[in-house]
Amino acid sequence: MEAKTKDLWVVVETTPDGGCKNVGIELLTPGRMMADKQGGKLVAVVIGCNATKAIEEANTHGADQIIVVDGPEYKEYNTDAYAIALTHLVEKYAPTSVLIGATNNGRDLAPRVSCRVKTGLTADCTSLDVDAETGNVMWTRPAFGGNLMATIICPDQRPQMGTVRPSVFKKCEPTEAKAEIINEDFHVAADQIRTQVLEVIKDMEGEGVDLEGAEIIVSGGRGVGGPEGFGIIKEAADALGGVVGASRAAVDAGWIAHAHQVGQTGKTVAPKIYVACGISGAIQHAAGIGGADCIIAINKDPDAPIFDIADYGVVGNLFEVLPVLIEEIKKARA
Amino acid sequence: MNMLVCVKQVPDTTAVKIDPVTNTLIRDGVPSILNPFDGYALEAAARVKDKNPDAKLVVVAMGPEQAKAVLKESLAVAADKAYLVSGREFGGSDTLATSKIIATAIKKIEEIEGKFDVIFCGKQAIDGDTAQVGPEIAEHLGLPQVTYGLECELDGDMMKVKKEMEDGAAIIGVKMPCLLTFTKPAWDPRYPTIKRKMAANKAVIPTLGFADLGLDAMECGLKGSPTKVKKSFCPEKKAAGLKITEEDPAVAAKTLYAKLSEAGIM
Repeated sequence: MEAKTKDLWVVVETTPDGGCKNVGIELLTPGRMMADKQGGKLVAVVIGCNATKAIEEANTHGADQIIVVDGPEYKEYNTDAYAIALTHLVEKYAPTSVLIGATNNGRDLAPRVSCRVKTGLTADCTSLDVDAETGNVMWTRPAFGGNLMATIICPDQRPQMGTVRPSVFKKCEPTEAKAEIINEDFHVAADQIRTQVLEVIKDMEGEGVDLEGAEIIVSGGRGVGGPEGFGIIKEAADALGGVVGASRAAVDAGWIAHAHQVGQTGKTVAPKIYVACGISGAIQHAAGIGGADCIIAINKDPDAPIFDIADYGVVGNLFEVLPVLIEEIKKARA
Repeated sequence: MNMLVCVKQVPDTTAVKIDPVTNTLIRDGVPSILNPFDGYALEAAARVKDKNPDAKLVVVAMGPEQAKAVLKESLAVAADKAYLVSGREFGGSDTLATSKIIATAIKKIEEIEGKFDVIFCGKQAIDGDTAQVGPEIAEHLGLPQVTYGLECELDGDMMKVKKEMEDGAAIIGVKMPCLLTFTKPAWDPRYPTIKRKMAANKAVIPTLGFADLGLDAMECGLKGSPTKVKKSFCPEKKAAGLKITEEDPAVAAKTLYAKLSEAGIM
């Protein structure tokens, strides 16, 4: 299809409590720059149920316009209702570009919509720019397990769509709310929704592990030695206000659930601080932590490859180093 | 019960090396493997078949002639029948074109094998890592989908799928026919038996080409792909960081903390 406007959309993913995932607000930061280069408005799209907090967040983080679709059928994410609603909006308003957070839900939704409107979609971008002359978005993303970066364009179809990894961009400072709010009265009939949530299972530790959205992650690997070894990892994560990650070796050994796994067959993360404890740093693991601002490694083996990518490394036994580090952190925060 | 598993042959990206002089990928000598996530999808389908022995399990791959290797592997593990989708016209396809070709091939295979109740895919392939082809096949075929599956079971006319969520998991019910994509579960896929392996080696695998699918050339390959690769490059290597090698772990930990505070990181 052809674009009717030069507007750039950011789909802000809502949560059932009416709030939103961080990535939606983060994307308003590059969205501003891109909308300016494309010469259009920065539009936040909020699909949800009573998502006042999400609307407020978008409004105070630079959106020029907010398109809201509200209804009980959007309370919990489901592919059908969201795909029908977003496709309706895209066809009605015909924006030039659409950014979606690369969360589980975002990666579930985006290909349904791009395929339905027969346009191109680029997954999991880590860098964005716009060619001001053509208005083409330059979508840059890792491939080949992080060994290769590719810049993708979608020159002939609109909207150009992409999913963007969480935590790659930073939220801007809150500003005065100025957005024009458009309430789009659009509903999806119950019989068009072909899936239902039968049961929700929280993580076995009784808390969520949102590794992709985490700012601090403390991960354990083979060097942790067993399930009980994750006790000190958890303690360090708690002291830092972070969450627990793990390498494939630790997950395969059955010491911790796969939900905690970081790396190629686990999660790709982009925290501010990543602490790798007893993790050798095989390429599969390294591929998952390339987006971390600061990598700290603790490993007994001075030749472990993790030291090649770590910003700070300690050669030593994690069970001796971590307790002292935790003490230091607690002292400083006391 | 009629099931289809979509598989892909991929280079083992963990074996890819970077040429230190030219800073480019060295693809030569990199082994080709069954995409690990497709292996989990195959295992999920095999588990459904374990409980429903009458179920049929068909497997399909798109790729060059060599991709028959992963089809044979799938036959050896659990599949009853395999099809290869192959043609020069398909080269250079992005996810939209690829999913269109595979969806068209699925309709063609259904003429022979009957309608599929469930289509299983890996969450993503480890070479492209897009996670788009599964949902796009579902879209072309008008099927509901559940992505990030860990395991599934048949329940009447419905599949119950345990789906990985950012904060745990959920059981999702989806009416058949449907498409499911799978991520890494808590268990390992089964190994083939010698007997199945030998049978798989002898299996005849039919190939569906461009002419068989009746597609428009504008829908395939580069012409059918709205996205184009503008450039590709190897990421810059990070300079080595600070390595603390103090003998005393307490001193090492305190040095680390001091350095982190100094840099404003903690």
